[in-house]
Amino acid sequence: MRYSGLKILKEAFSGHKGWAPVWRNPEPKSNYDFIIIGGGGHGLATAYYLASTFKKAQIAVLEKGWIGGGNVGRNTTIIRSNYLMHENEGFYEFALQLWEKQERDLNYNTMVSQRGIINLYHTDAQRDAFARRGNSMILNGADAVLLDAEGVKSKYPFLNFDNARFPIRGGLWQPRGGTVRHDAVAWGYARAADLRGVDIIQNCEVTGFDIKNGKCLGVQTTKGSIKAKKVGVSVAGSSSRVMAMAGMRLPIETHVLQAFVSEGLKPVIPGVLTYGAGHFYVSQSDKGGLVFGGDIDGYNSYAQRGNLPVVEDVAEGGVSLMPMIGKARLLRMWGGLIDMSMDGSPIIDKTQIDGLYFNGGWCYGGFKATPAAGYCFAQLLATDRPHETAKHFRFDRFERGRMIDEKGQGAQPNLH
Amino acid sequence: MKINHPLLGPRDASEFVYLGDANLINRPNAKSETAAQEFYDYQYLRTNNPGEHKELWFHEQGDRSWLVVTRNTLTHEIKNVELARNIARARS
Ligand SMILES: Cc1cc2nc3c(=O)[nH]c(=O)nc-3n(C[C@H](O)[C@H](O)[C@H](O)COP(=O)(O)OP(=O)(O)OC[C@H]3O[C@@H](n4cnc5c(N)ncnc54)[C@H](O)[C@@H]3O)c2cc1C
Repeated sequence: MRYSGLKILKEAFSGHKGWAPVWRNPEPKSNYDFIIIGGGGHGLATAYYLASTFKKAQIAVLEKGWIGGGNVGRNTTIIRSNYLMHENEGFYEFALQLWEKQERDLNYNTMVSQRGIINLYHTDAQRDAFARRGNSMILNGADAVLLDAEGVKSKYPFLNFDNARFPIRGGLWQPRGGTVRHDAVAWGYARAADLRGVDIIQNCEVTGFDIKNGKCLGVQTTKGSIKAKKVGVSVAGSSSRVMAMAGMRLPIETHVLQAFVSEGLKPVIPGVLTYGAGHFYVSQSDKGGLVFGGDIDGYNSYAQRGNLPVVEDVAEGGVSLMPMIGKARLLRMWGGLIDMSMDGSPIIDKTQIDGLYFNGGWCYGGFKATPAAGYCFAQLLATDRPHETAKHFRFDRFERGRMIDEKGQGAQPNLH
Repeated sequence: MKINHPLLGPRDASEFVYLGDANLINRPNAKSETAAQEFYDYQYLRTNNPGEHKELWFHEQGDRSWLVVTRNTLTHEIKNVELARNIARARS
């Protein structure tokens, strides 16, 4: 069923009886060409691009819970392509371009809103670093504008500009950055993949791999064993525990990241803001809630909930940047598991096991990557060749000393 | 979270800095023939299973000792806390 204005009108006059579920709930077949493990944004996008662009094949997505129940439905919905390193920037710019045409591609309203993102700076050194980053963005085809304090003030007059210790001197603005309705992304890709014949199998946990003589022949699941020519793993915060079933140790630690939403307020924050002197970033949802977050809790965790010190830290950051936020009441807070890699950058690669492929290590920034991660992973699965923009996201870069370390922090995941 | 420091008693976790897997105590021998591979393993690869996890915490806002904390990463429950230097000495 195609969605359109006409369809809505027709349904309005016929009692909305014509809307049908947008994806099927099939039982798994015994055999597929491609199995994607993990029905998050990345897994569903991979299945969609496999089915639509690369191979007309038998494809299944296996999800242990329900689709959209993982990080794709827990993140703070920010999209941007404002990275410094060339190995990253080209990829994230490719992602942003896919976001820009996503709604037309999927025939689904994912509420892509390019409301702009500003990273604030507070010192001369930070300004110089942002100027450099902006240049790197422009070199890779992205947009970047360096604002001074007046430039920021014209958009956000209520910020605490004259903070004695951390005055706001300006910001790096990416006008094409913004937000996207996160769970609509999962639903949109699910619907589009299903329409192209992909079996989306929920409540189906992968419990083991069928590996013989260095070749992956299929998977064991809570719904029985399923054979496949190729298996792609895309399980975000569960990367290490799933790949352990294939006998692999990854350059990844699992951490928890929290997010917060305030009560609904009248429109006050037009775009996305990040504080340069503390751990705090904020945007406002279309329902009016302030959506904000900060740093990861900082220690390995599989608990899907955070602790209070980070809540305090985030609240302090918020109040010091925009004191008026102190009056807003918190409505909800939650945590999600993220797979922090050793250099803060992702991996999209083949494993040493034939037929087994991996996409993960997305840290706290994988939502913005969703369409491109799906596209590049699909290309790798279909052709065994990495996509041009993802060719640096390899397992062996640590061994070769080719880390993609945006912040130069070294092998310390909780600092990335 | 509270960490029961063996010398100072229960302290708030926010007084500490977290480093990671306690296996980082076992630095490979730089003179071994396979040192490059061992250092890659040591520096970059992690077992990272859910459940019990031995990890290094540094009491930066306190007595500046390194601790090995045994913590369940599914519940955040702390089972055991030891001085890292005692563990390192017992090994060497
Ligand atoms: C609080 C928070 C805020 C964030 N904010 C942002 C942001 O503003 N911008 C941004 O770009 N990124 C952000 N991120 C990161 C982003 O959400 C993730 O990097 C991204 O969503 C991960 O990809 P995914 O959507 O495929 O993951 P998920 O939705 O987590 O999908 C993985 C799926 O795999 C399934 N799975 C796991 N194990 C198995 C198994 N054995 N068998 C079958 N299925 C399995 C899980 O159930 C899950 O549904 C944030 C993350 C968090 C937690």
